[in-house]
Amino acid sequence: MTDAATREAQERRLEKTWETPKGFAYWSDVNNTSVGIWYIVTAFAFMLFGGVLALIIRAQLAVPEAGLVSADTYNQVFTLHGTVMMFLFAVPIFEAVAILILPAMLGARDLPFPRLSAFGYWCFLIGGVFVCGSIFFGIAPDGGWFMYPPLATEQAGIGADIWLLGLSFIEVASIAAAVELIVGVLKCRAPGMHINLTPLYGWYVLVVGGMILFAFPPLIAGDLLFELERLLDWPFFDITRGGDPLLWQHLFWIFGHPEVYIIFLPAIALLAMIIPTFSGRPIVGYSWIVLSALGTGFLSFGLWVHHMFTTGLPSISLGFFSAASEAVAIPTGIQLFAFIGTVMLGRAQRSVPMIFCLGALATFVAGGLTGVMVAVAPFDFQVHDTYFIVAHLHYTLIGGMLFPTLAGVHYYFPFFSGRLLSRRLGIWSFWLMFTGFNVAFLPMHLTGLLGMPRRVFTYGADRGWSELNLVSTAGAFLFAAGFLVFVWNCLKSWKYGEDAGHNPWKAGTLEWLSPSLDIGMRSIPDISHRYPLWDDPDIVRRSLEAEGYLPDAEEGKRETLVTTVLDATPVQVLRVPGPSFVPMVAAVGLGGLFILSTFHFYWTALASGLLYLAAQIWWLWHGAAPIPEKTEKDVGNGLVLPLYRSGPQATGWWAMFITMTGDATAFLALVFGYFFFWTVHPEFPPEGSVTPGMFWPAAAGLLTALAWGLTLAARLRNAAGAVTTARFLLGLSVAATLAAAAAFALGPLTRGMDPTSHSYPAIVGALVLWVMAHLLAGAIMQGYCLARSLAGKMTPDYDADIWNVTLYWHFTLFAGLVTAAVIGFVPGAQ
Amino acid sequence: MPVIASHLHAWRRNPNPWLGPATLALLAGCNPAQSVLHPAGEDAAEIARLFWVMAVGAVVIWAVVFGAAVFAIVSRRKPTTERGADLVVLFGGVVFPTVTLGALLAYGLTLLPDWGPGEPPDLRVHVEAEQYWWRVRIEGPDGAMIETANEVVLPAGAEVDFHLTSPDVIHSFWIPPLGGKMDTIPGRENVLRLRPTTPGLYRGICAEFCGASHAFMAFEARVVPPEDFTAYLAAQAEPASGDASAFVAAGCGGCHTVRGVVELGATGPDLTHFASRATIAGILDNTSEILREWIAHPVAFKPDARMPSYDMLTDDQMDAILAFLGGLK
Repeated sequence: MTDAATREAQERRLEKTWETPKGFAYWSDVNNTSVGIWYIVTAFAFMLFGGVLALIIRAQLAVPEAGLVSADTYNQVFTLHGTVMMFLFAVPIFEAVAILILPAMLGARDLPFPRLSAFGYWCFLIGGVFVCGSIFFGIAPDGGWFMYPPLATEQAGIGADIWLLGLSFIEVASIAAAVELIVGVLKCRAPGMHINLTPLYGWYVLVVGGMILFAFPPLIAGDLLFELERLLDWPFFDITRGGDPLLWQHLFWIFGHPEVYIIFLPAIALLAMIIPTFSGRPIVGYSWIVLSALGTGFLSFGLWVHHMFTTGLPSISLGFFSAASEAVAIPTGIQLFAFIGTVMLGRAQRSVPMIFCLGALATFVAGGLTGVMVAVAPFDFQVHDTYFIVAHLHYTLIGGMLFPTLAGVHYYFPFFSGRLLSRRLGIWSFWLMFTGFNVAFLPMHLTGLLGMPRRVFTYGADRGWSELNLVSTAGAFLFAAGFLVFVWNCLKSWKYGEDAGHNPWKAGTLEWLSPSLDIGMRSIPDISHRYPLWDDPDIVRRSLEAEGYLPDAEEGKRETLVTTVLDATPVQVLRVPGPSFVPMVAAVGLGGLFILSTFHFYWTALASGLLYLAAQIWWLWHGAAPIPEKTEKDVGNGLVLPLYRSGPQATGWWAMFITMTGDATAFLALVFGYFFFWTVHPEFPPEGSVTPGMFWPAAAGLLTALAWGLTLAARLRNAAGAVTTARFLLGLSVAATLAAAAAFALGPLTRGMDPTSHSYPAIVGALVLWVMAHLLAGAIMQGYCLARSLAGKMTPDYDADIWNVTLYWHFTLFAGLVTAAVIGFVPGAQ
Repeated sequence: MPVIASHLHAWRRNPNPWLGPATLALLAGCNPAQSVLHPAGEDAAEIARLFWVMAVGAVVIWAVVFGAAVFAIVSRRKPTTERGADLVVLFGGVVFPTVTLGALLAYGLTLLPDWGPGEPPDLRVHVEAEQYWWRVRIEGPDGAMIETANEVVLPAGAEVDFHLTSPDVIHSFWIPPLGGKMDTIPGRENVLRLRPTTPGLYRGICAEFCGASHAFMAFEARVVPPEDFTAYLAAQAEPASGDASAFVAAGCGGCHTVRGVVELGATGPDLTHFASRATIAGILDNTSEILREWIAHPVAFKPDARMPSYDMLTDDQMDAILAFLGGLK
């Protein structure tokens, strides 16, 4: 027990350490609270923009043969509407909310990589403004958010490039956030929070983070092929030169369907937090829900073909994917019934978040049921690409994502603002939105059944759709009015809302423990329940009276605990970085690389890319796993923890592992491309093709293995104390890596393969480019380790750098060997 | 912008050809010519039945689920055990969906067409979807191909195989009252089998977004009694005749074939029996006044259409061309 004066001094030090910078420096903040709020506000701003686009669509369709916008403008508007809502709102809002609330929920002071969160945010902002801004110049993408080739590959102008490069850039940010959140859930839970005590929200974040990791990379690979076709004329999708437009559809929907669940599950996760609170009891069927969430995530990767039912697939595929699409309704149903069961057992308390939950249920169940209908392939033949689908998807997205998210905003508003949203305005906004939504979208089922196809900018007066469309438009404007009431409620309550006090909803989970956001909790308590605030009422006092861990910041460093994955046993004090402009500079550099490439300003793009690289290296050099001034520290209650960890116990190692899993997925998507061509061509490579031969691919594979072996040996020698040998091995490994990269290039180059001539040399070229880029990055990492060693920042005891680089090399070895085998040794490739 | 304005002008002035048989239904608020719910073919009828079964089921299930939620909130009588709640989850989330979805799949999937080698069709029609029109080739009884455009005439009661492809981008071939749609994909040939049953005029459209004039990519589907179809086929197989000099002089023959008269190019629609068709370009009434405007400004009706504007033709030249085309019965 510490006395009051000491506690006061501790608290002041904590506050000073975690203080949010003032003035312009505010934008250098990297703390999850600031970044989370920026992220949420920005995502909602993009949502408003997407909403305005929707209103333009509805205004144009209000009456037949309207001339409000031209066909060309309309096509840009609907393409951007879908793109913005999916890529700039639905996925980022998950990341935004998770970044804001997850650490407090888990009992952490911040996420493990604050600068990565900030970097992701700046990428999102820059990329989003770039993509949205294009419409003001009339050069926005207009091939639909699904960008099917050949329509989108052959389009003149830079619209398609804006889509491909702008969104690839944003996808990078999404993956960064996913890595951050997964490591957060796995390694940054409060002591004692066993994996089965983790709040459901954490489980959902884990599942969704994993899905992002496997779903986004195929799209990035697809984007790469698409852009190579547009910029360099490599014919991946051009049938006249051995390409196939369906390859894109597969890659797009392997991403696109999990995407739907990536959007849906985090919103359901909010319901899983809100409903127990307002039922006054723990959730029913915790394990059922966790397993269902995992099941939904898993099944969602086996459904993508239901977006392609009308492409002429064999009946056996249709049957399989119909069945899989129906099956996903089961885990979804379990989750919803667990919520209903919770309310049944508890005593429901009426509140604005609960109204939104109920509205979400009513809407989402309707969307789910039409989903079951369209999953039956023959019915889909009729309604595919009609307004029936427009209705269906909006019921699932508004009911499964928007309403739950708004419930979450009402619920968590006091958490981050200290104030309550107005109940009266909340009820008004709900009913306006709910009514408007149904007036807009319920009639669309019928409009579609009467034959109205999607993506038409106008229709004839004789079709019989005029009244239905007019009603839909009226509903859309009502919906928009409701949303504006919500926005007004947020703005007003932020300043003038009723003071929420501590834990206004009497919730049971850890995020409601602390009244102050900046320092997170006063001290981090031991956790032994799923609803610690209910089951362990003394916990608030213990935390506030500094009886938990890390009650002080003696060294003025931002610290949080790292625990083990399953049992949450504390293993390390992690020092996380404070405010820095580097993430912003890095994002500007990387953004410049993508954006300037769109306009074909290659030299300035290259300069921007170098700026990014420099910022990235500076970032790592200063502050990624710095050597601490002492080896361990007392974190309170007599617990002494090390300040430094390397290898599988370090958060950085996990982040590398997770990132590279995503990276390997993208690589495998390219390999899938190769074998997709192999299956659609009677002979692939075609008879008489120029191939890379066996020699250079074999040499490249061996050199990659050598570079990997040298890196691994360097790590082992360094750990054994043989620093000079390790440095020598690292130097050699750089040479071997560069030789491997050259050998990969030499196969196709010496044989004179022309990637523009056919899909075969093109896909070989794409694989070679991919692996060369990874080898060059690997060489930079080896050089980085060498420099760190020479500068005394990497020693036998402090070797996280080379641990992570070695891990990177395991994956690069895999990519190198697979590429060498595919381009040199697949039958017919010699 | 002026493009759209002039297009709208033309469209309003000329009532659409589908209006005739559809007038009554229009009064009832919908037009059956393009409706899934007014089937005129075997496949569409089966799918419409499937729809009604599913729709009723969906409404009932929605009411039960939502009712359960409202009951859970409103009810003051609480089950005393957690077992009750577990049973709700087990029954509502596992047992009921598994049984229902199993039954639905068993029913729905029997409607899947069999694309394997099965019974040969009564008729084969080859369709190439192009930005933004339809090239249609009917396989005659003797195996000869009879080409037409933007119209599909079918004998009632026959099994028809549509062989679908596209030379440019992906489109989708769809006649809602006859059955499901099928994409036309460059480099592939998809086969869609339909059996139209009820004679009438229907509207076929492109269902896959294909560019600026996607909304205007349509065709007339006419189901006729089998004997009428035989007569139609015989008439379409005949070569045309007429004074094509103005047509040729203006260069029209470079893209349009008129069998028996000009057979130089085939980039655009075949016009051999143009005057027998109900529409120009699938969307406009086939009258001489509208045709004059169409030839002068095709992009005013179909933005981004591939046909160049012929607004430089003199009135005499235009009259001669219209006279020639009007004679292509």
